[in-house]
Amino acid sequence: MKNSVEETSKSNEVTEDLFVKAPLDIGKSEEIGTPAVSFWREAFQRLAKNKGSMISLVLLLLLIATAIIGPSLNEYTYRSQNLAHSNLPPKVQGLEWLGLNGTDSNGVDQYTERDVQVNYWFGTDEFGRDLWTRVWKGTQISLFIALVAAALDLIIGVIYGGISSFYGGRVDNIMQRIIEVLIGIPNLIIIILFILILEPGVRSIILAMIITGWVGMARVVRGQVLQLKGQEFVLASRTLGASNPRLIWKHILPNVMGPVIVTVMFTIPTAIFFEAFLSFIGLGLQAPLASLGVLIEDGYKSMRFFSYKLIYPAIIISSIMICFNLLGDGLRDALDPKMRK
Amino acid sequence: MKSNILSVDNLHVSFKTQAGRVTAVRGVTFGLKKGETLAIVGESGSGKSVTARSIMRLLPKNNTEVTKGDIVYEDRSLLNVSIKDMQEIRGAEISMVFQDPMTSLNPTMKVGKQIMEGLQKHQKLSKAQARERALEMLQLVGIPSAEARLEDYPHNFSGGMRQRVVIAMALVCNPKVLIADEPTTALDVTIQAQILDLMKDLQKKMDTAIILITHDLGVVANMADRVAVMYAGKIVEQGTLDEIFYNPQHPYTLGLLKSMPKLNDDRTVPLLPIPGSPPDLATIGEGCAFAARCPHTMKVCHSFTPEDTVVDGEHTVACWLQDTRTPKEYLPKELETSQSR
Amino acid sequence: MKRYLVQRIGFMLVTLFVIVTITFFLMQLLPGTPFTNPEKLTNQQLLVLNAKYGLDQPLGIQYIRYLGNLVQGDLGYSFQNVGRSVSSIIGERIGPSAFLGLQALIFGSIIGLILGIVSALKHNTLFDYGSVTLAVLGMSIPSFVFAALLQYYVGVKLEWLPVALWEGYSSTILPSFALSVIVIATVARFIRSEMLEVIGQDYVITARAKGITEQQVIVKHVIRNALIPVVTMLGPLAVAIMTGTLVIEKIFAVPGLGEQFTLSIIVLDYSVIMGIAIFYSALFIIVIFLVDILYGFLDPRISYKGEAG
Repeated sequence: MKNSVEETSKSNEVTEDLFVKAPLDIGKSEEIGTPAVSFWREAFQRLAKNKGSMISLVLLLLLIATAIIGPSLNEYTYRSQNLAHSNLPPKVQGLEWLGLNGTDSNGVDQYTERDVQVNYWFGTDEFGRDLWTRVWKGTQISLFIALVAAALDLIIGVIYGGISSFYGGRVDNIMQRIIEVLIGIPNLIIIILFILILEPGVRSIILAMIITGWVGMARVVRGQVLQLKGQEFVLASRTLGASNPRLIWKHILPNVMGPVIVTVMFTIPTAIFFEAFLSFIGLGLQAPLASLGVLIEDGYKSMRFFSYKLIYPAIIISSIMICFNLLGDGLRDALDPKMRK
Repeated sequence: MKSNILSVDNLHVSFKTQAGRVTAVRGVTFGLKKGETLAIVGESGSGKSVTARSIMRLLPKNNTEVTKGDIVYEDRSLLNVSIKDMQEIRGAEISMVFQDPMTSLNPTMKVGKQIMEGLQKHQKLSKAQARERALEMLQLVGIPSAEARLEDYPHNFSGGMRQRVVIAMALVCNPKVLIADEPTTALDVTIQAQILDLMKDLQKKMDTAIILITHDLGVVANMADRVAVMYAGKIVEQGTLDEIFYNPQHPYTLGLLKSMPKLNDDRTVPLLPIPGSPPDLATIGEGCAFAARCPHTMKVCHSFTPEDTVVDGEHTVACWLQDTRTPKEYLPKELETSQSR
Repeated sequence: MKRYLVQRIGFMLVTLFVIVTITFFLMQLLPGTPFTNPEKLTNQQLLVLNAKYGLDQPLGIQYIRYLGNLVQGDLGYSFQNVGRSVSSIIGERIGPSAFLGLQALIFGSIIGLILGIVSALKHNTLFDYGSVTLAVLGMSIPSFVFAALLQYYVGVKLEWLPVALWEGYSSTILPSFALSVIVIATVARFIRSEMLEVIGQDYVITARAKGITEQQVIVKHVIRNALIPVVTMLGPLAVAIMTGTLVIEKIFAVPGLGEQFTLSIIVLDYSVIMGIAIFYSALFIIVIFLVDILYGFLDPRISYKGEAG
């Protein structure tokens, strides 16, 4: 066919010699058309087109990287105190024009005033601890808590939702009643009560958060599996003799993955919020450990005179939340099969 | 011969999609006479619905554009009237019935009110008068205990009854043209016949011209005075019902007819499907769009688009086989025999 | 309808019972004793106090007694504010919280609806991008961070509004605004996506095909249908506002229920913590129930007659 097109396109006139048979074989005509693109590949392409999500992804990776290496970029640790250097405002060489010049709220350069030779990039707290190190250490801890809580929610939710939907019948019925009761309880109240009886610390916060957190994931997984179980392609594959593991692996899992990933992406910022929230009402980590919530609480207390103590952790927690939310939005749009054309 | 009440002339409509510009309608020309039924037949994606919606100017503004051609209703170009004038025409002069009665009614508005809306706008009736008229109309389309049903919501009606409501809504202002876009496709076969009979009946009473869009040749045989066959955004053949059914000249029309089962057929004669699938409109170039699937393809078909040729009176066809230069032996037997008849 | 109501109320009571039970036994696991500075009290005095509050009884008896009192609306007595009943504390504290919450809900819903609806109508324009960005910020920035920054810049720096004082209407503005941010963001996002979905529905094209004006199409067919599901957001919004009051009342020194709750947590006033936790939970359950009923009234497709819809 290609040949004939090339030949004839030379002349722009309909000539007699064109009236000869030239059928196109069916195989070729079937081939014409856009090649099928795999679901994940297409989803990724769609995500890559979403500017907000891509910027968020890059920013998140940067934040995570800084949280990991940040505390070791200077010689201080998150707990080393130096009372002579307490309450120093931020000072960064070369960035003085940004206001990072070491002057306090009264315009006095505390570094010359107190003859401090070193620079503290984010300033220091009332014990003279370096806030740069503490803020990034706190980011590390907050992210750790959120990621572990989200991962545990995921595991419990997938197992519970999977069992409930796969077995169905009585098992499903009972498991659903339990979920219905749990969903009616405001989880913040339960989290607070659990934190009260557990010893304060990273482990208790994670534990308290997953006690109610997995319910959402379980519902998502159950809903997806139930929906898929009834669909024709699963039925078709069953009729063709596909085994249960193959069915789960090849058909159910890839289709459940999308909503699960999106749910995880929204669980993480929620967990970060809860951790900070608990710290803010005084149920968080104990000193000298710091999370973003603890730092915000500390910063809030002395905000009137040392606003820098509040502003840095506030900016970082807000950025993390914004990035996760935007990335979650982007993933949801990218993984939504309804958007496929 | 009556003059055209509505004529579409060389209409081109294109869509903006992620893959680029797609021209879905590529030069459609037809006329509609007062009180007649014109059926537009074609596979899904052939541009039937787009043509219908562009007559009503109901295509989404942000991604569609009429790039060429004209639509004339009673000496007025519909493409050039103001939006306000178009709103005066919609519902009052030209109205439309959509495919799926399940989704084409507002679920949260009483059906009486939905029928009355158009009356109040176009005929400036008071609420009581409009109600009276809506009631008459519901009785006319055969809805039992219509008085009470005015106060019902769409979900209280069955599919067939809903389509009756939709028809009542479309015809309540006595429009001169009714565009029915696959009005029976979503209904059960027994209900289909009822709805078609209802439409024929109302057409007689109200002298409405109907453009019937369908892919069902049975419906066409039952309803149409004239038929236009569409393929890949073009009308490839049009003529009276008899001309199209008993003297088809385009290989595509022939294929459609051969793929339709007939009651009195010898069951040992297999149905003949048309091989292949319609072309991708995004990548279509010069040449006959049907060439790839046509059993009589010649070299010329691949690179030159055939022009409309008059067969007899108003019977036109766009196919190179009609060209005098086509060798006699290439003419398929079916066409020869039907021509000689 | 009646049967549905009975079923629903029964389920509500079961949920509430589970909450009360969990709360009661969790409180028993708390470390320490309910009385402040117990070392100041002699053993004799402690015994008297324990007897007075019934803490010398076996746990089962205490539990049943608590349930019995609860049915009569008695949540027990505060261990810290001697002589004050928990119900009277809640009654005294609920006023400011309810005022702030409702003000934030009403203000936030109105602004959110306007933002979201205009945004959907001007889909993919600068206004749309702007309000979507605002909504993401509102959803993402924790309410207490926003409240603290608001207090610092508007209260301390600019001195436009009272920083932390509960006197007169002006002192309700900042806390209400801080609370309403999440409401604005949630409502705007929700109504926007609902609107965009409804605009694409067949019945909107049908409405246009009738020839009614675009304004009528938008108001009668699009906005009406998009607004109905917004009611379902009331549940999550109630939770968000409740969560918000806990921290925002602390920041702005509002003498509300949230501030009392955080205070009681710090001083371990068991009976008050329990009382407020149960009160919040009951409130939440009732809101969810009312939303369901309201939704049934607004959406004609839902009927509570019998089992099938």
